[in-house]
Amino acid sequence: MIYREAGEFKASYREDMAILPIRQDRWFMWALMAVAFLVIPSIASEYWLGTIMLPFLILALAALGLNVLTGYAGQLSLGTGGFMATGAFAAYKLATAFPELHIIVVILLAGLITAGVGILFGIPSLRIKGFYLAVATLASQFFLIWMFNKFGWFTNYSSSGVISAPPMTAFGDFFVTGPHATPVAKYLFALTLVVFFAMMTKNLVRSNIGREWMAVRDMDIAAEIIGIKMLPTKLKAFAYSSFLCGIAGALWAFVHTGSVEPLAFDVNRSFQILFMIIIGGLGSIMGAFLGSAFIVLLPILLTNAPHLFGLNIPVDIISHIEFMVFGALILFFLIVEPHGLARLWQITKEKLRLWPFPY
Amino acid sequence: MRIERDVIYIFIATLFLMVAIPWAAGQLSEDIFFEWPFFFEVAIGGLLAGVMYSLVALGFVLIFKASGVFNFAQGAMVLFSALTLVGLNELGLPMWLAVIVTLIVMLVLAIVIERVVLRPLVNQEHIILFMATIGITYFLDGFGQTLWGSEVKILDLGIPSEPGFYFGGAILINDFDLVAALIAGVLVVSLALFFQYTRIGRALRAVADDHQAALSVGIPLKHIWVIVWAVAGIVALVAGIMWGSKLGVQFSLALIALKALPVLILGGFTSVPGAIIGGLIIGAGEKLAEVFIAPLIGGGIEDWFAYMLALAFLVFRPQGLFGEKIIERV
Amino acid sequence: MKLTKMKTTIIAAAVIAGSLAGAATAFAADSQFIGSLVYRTGPYAPGGIPWADGFADYINLLNERDGGINGVRLDLEECDTAYNTDKGVECYERLKNNGATGMPAVMPLSTGITYALLDRVVADKIPLITSGYGRADAADGRIFPYVFVPPATYWGGADIAINYIATQEGGYGKLKGKKIALVYHDSAYGKEPINTLQALADQHGFKLSKFPVPHPGLEQKATWLKIGRQLRPDYVLMWGWGVMNATAIKEAAAVGFPREKFIGVWWSGNDADMIPAGKAAVGYKSLQFNGVGSDFGVHKQIKKELYDKGKGSAKSAGNTGEVAYNRGLQSALILTEALRAAMNQYGNKPVTGEQVAWALDRLSITEERLKEIGADGLFDPIELSCVDHLGKGRAKVTQWDGKQWETISDWIEPNSEMLRAMYEASAAQYAKEKGIMPRPCG
Repeated sequence: MIYREAGEFKASYREDMAILPIRQDRWFMWALMAVAFLVIPSIASEYWLGTIMLPFLILALAALGLNVLTGYAGQLSLGTGGFMATGAFAAYKLATAFPELHIIVVILLAGLITAGVGILFGIPSLRIKGFYLAVATLASQFFLIWMFNKFGWFTNYSSSGVISAPPMTAFGDFFVTGPHATPVAKYLFALTLVVFFAMMTKNLVRSNIGREWMAVRDMDIAAEIIGIKMLPTKLKAFAYSSFLCGIAGALWAFVHTGSVEPLAFDVNRSFQILFMIIIGGLGSIMGAFLGSAFIVLLPILLTNAPHLFGLNIPVDIISHIEFMVFGALILFFLIVEPHGLARLWQITKEKLRLWPFPY
Repeated sequence: MRIERDVIYIFIATLFLMVAIPWAAGQLSEDIFFEWPFFFEVAIGGLLAGVMYSLVALGFVLIFKASGVFNFAQGAMVLFSALTLVGLNELGLPMWLAVIVTLIVMLVLAIVIERVVLRPLVNQEHIILFMATIGITYFLDGFGQTLWGSEVKILDLGIPSEPGFYFGGAILINDFDLVAALIAGVLVVSLALFFQYTRIGRALRAVADDHQAALSVGIPLKHIWVIVWAVAGIVALVAGIMWGSKLGVQFSLALIALKALPVLILGGFTSVPGAIIGGLIIGAGEKLAEVFIAPLIGGGIEDWFAYMLALAFLVFRPQGLFGEKIIERV
Repeated sequence: MKLTKMKTTIIAAAVIAGSLAGAATAFAADSQFIGSLVYRTGPYAPGGIPWADGFADYINLLNERDGGINGVRLDLEECDTAYNTDKGVECYERLKNNGATGMPAVMPLSTGITYALLDRVVADKIPLITSGYGRADAADGRIFPYVFVPPATYWGGADIAINYIATQEGGYGKLKGKKIALVYHDSAYGKEPINTLQALADQHGFKLSKFPVPHPGLEQKATWLKIGRQLRPDYVLMWGWGVMNATAIKEAAAVGFPREKFIGVWWSGNDADMIPAGKAAVGYKSLQFNGVGSDFGVHKQIKKELYDKGKGSAKSAGNTGEVAYNRGLQSALILTEALRAAMNQYGNKPVTGEQVAWALDRLSITEERLKEIGADGLFDPIELSCVDHLGKGRAKVTQWDGKQWETISDWIEPNSEMLRAMYEASAAQYAKEKGIMPRPCG
């Protein structure tokens, strides 16, 4: 009843092509932004901001990157961890070699470097498809991690091969990395970047490039026949995807943990991000966020749940049960809606439009 | 099976490179120690290690062939079957009985998976089914450990681990590796016979060829899936016994799936012989690279080298060495 | 899709949101909270379980026997990290504000988690105690005011191993021309000893060969063919982790490398790593920064107070002698002694992390104190200061006899002079990168 487009008339093409054509959707978005930028920082505890929201946002950004590649361009990839590591190490090298660079510049440059690496490892995608490509991208995953581990130059010859972020400010005294950065500052900084890139991606996938990607995904031979060039299209997807993953990696190393070793971006990270987009919904911006929320929040919730009910269960049993429930929930959601949480969201909106009528 | 001509060419080229590159590296660099007996020792060690990878890869192939599911849970099934076997044995069951009970457990598992997971998701995209097997992985990892605990357990087959014998006087061959290779060989031959000569085997091949056609001639798809998952469970048990007696039965067993993936893409997702040949090439290739190339660039390259090797093969044959050629129509 | 399904989903989401919101738990105000990050699950659980049991048993012993420390009861809460850095950080953040005064100190028990917490503990003023792992250069307390590394570091361990080899060979002079190989887990942890070993190799003229093993180390055939059949070194050192250890020992046996010349660092010396290797492990040696076995006073008391009353954490009292168990005991001992010292200074009530850091800065666990506890010979005395966050850094060499570890050397002291200079140089480099001003120690 409340949620529908009846009575909203589009007077210009601009309005017709708006990202959120329905007024209620726009209100909802503004409210969501207000909550994210104003309400959460003011009421959430340090634990919530630093341990739940921050990883959620950063991994959502990485998931967004992978979703561009896998969900929109149809190229299955398991190299996300490697690309995140590239972003982290590139940012570290830039920040230590040029201490005067602003953190935004550092992060963007790190993203660009990662994009270059992504293009390089995207070349095999021209011949290989599907699961073969997924496993083939593991080559880049293992190779990149090995490389950062092996060559001292990447870590400024630290004996353990661990990089740690120098303290940096976004402006004035507003530290976003290092021990003096408050969780609120880190959260707001990450949120700003993530929102910016989410909007950029949303616009990108609606553009010419995005439609090319989707054409390639749906049927590559058909796409080629209607004149879409495979090589640049696929490589553009790899580049943009790695760009986002690189930024996510840099944020992870600099803003979230502060110090990382290459193993923080091992193959499990790649799998984690892939799970996010499948659970969240392939080919959906919203899906990246929902999937990230599912994968990051659910285990934490499951670990904490017995405590809330005052049960005193040994931690190993909790961990095992957490695994089982997590697995069962993945299956449950897949069976309920194989196209991911984003599709559920879509269906909810459809229903709301018709409500209270069933059809 | 008809072997295409380019596979033979690739094969010959691989063999040549595997010998030529280490030899050249030995001639060119001071750091590389190259002698023919040592080369063969590494190569044979690699081939035998490769057989162990094949054992794991086989399980993936069986399921992918029959149902098009990339079964991420194969590693978890290896762990789960080994844990169950050793756990039952520790409870006092004699080994032979424990093996039988474990086989029954794996059969039940196959039935449950078909009922609960595969049936509701029939006809979904590959990636969705893949994700579902990840759910199974999490569940099995948690379930196995809840039942049997996370401590390391010993599985002793009584094969000595000390140096084996010297082949031709100079080439050291390990007993354990040889036994493992033998068992894998027996497993593959019996699987091949099973597929070739039994009714069920023929039905499995029919399903693998074309689901729809198989259904229309009256092959019950659901039963076939249960059978194929159960057979994969048996393969997982064999892999679990071999790897478990090598490493001890513990959670880390689930990680060996990662070693099987390059084997899988090299051999092709759909070919049983491919899994074996792929295992041999990957095993020998990565060992030779680690010994004769790695010292030049810092060592520890085994992991990514296996994937790079597989990738190199894919560039020539995008469907893997023995995979089915993908024919696309618009 | 039916509407009912959607309703279920919405309800599920609501339950999730609701239960997350109320995640705070109440604690008694007069007891001291202790948060313990353990890994009882996951790929490394076999080594993590005994540690967690040892830690919990010692805390429970104090509660059962003495009613806590100075009359303040100890309230232990475990959090399972599964050796996963993300989970470890979550555990730390969740536990750090629990109890009346928050977490008094954190022992992350993982190199990855240690690095992830380095910045956080400074901001939270919670001491980070890494016993035998983590950053070796944190021995410099001026640059790492909140990080403590007693009783030993990897760099010290490397020096001790070479020292032991020199004794075996009949003096450092005999090391010239010897070949020593290092097999290491290719990660931050495994790379720690390389610089020290290289420096020692240059000094004493032995040849060091490095053999990285990629994580997780399930396959090492190539590495061991190189070592056992080609290089044939005089000794092999190992910085291994988890399943890599057993695999390495088995492969060493397969190429016939003598186990007596194979020496692992303490993390390659868990009972759980030897058991799967079976007979192949007999004769293998490992460094330990604590004693082995359960023939000590403290074990008897634990048996009497806990296991005889069915309150023990491990499966049976028979498990209390494992190396990892004793390590857990030692970590608990270091923490509780620091708590005691802090309470003596600030009053017998729960203490804060900052107060514990103060106590750790002057921690003194003497031989007499160890005797009182019933742990003399089990642990080495520890003396810390504002500058020195390590202590003597000594370790023993032990040998596996097929069932248990036998101690085969006395405490060996590393070359503190050389190492101290290395710690300070490395810490200074870290301080420069992070813009840290060394604190004055007067």
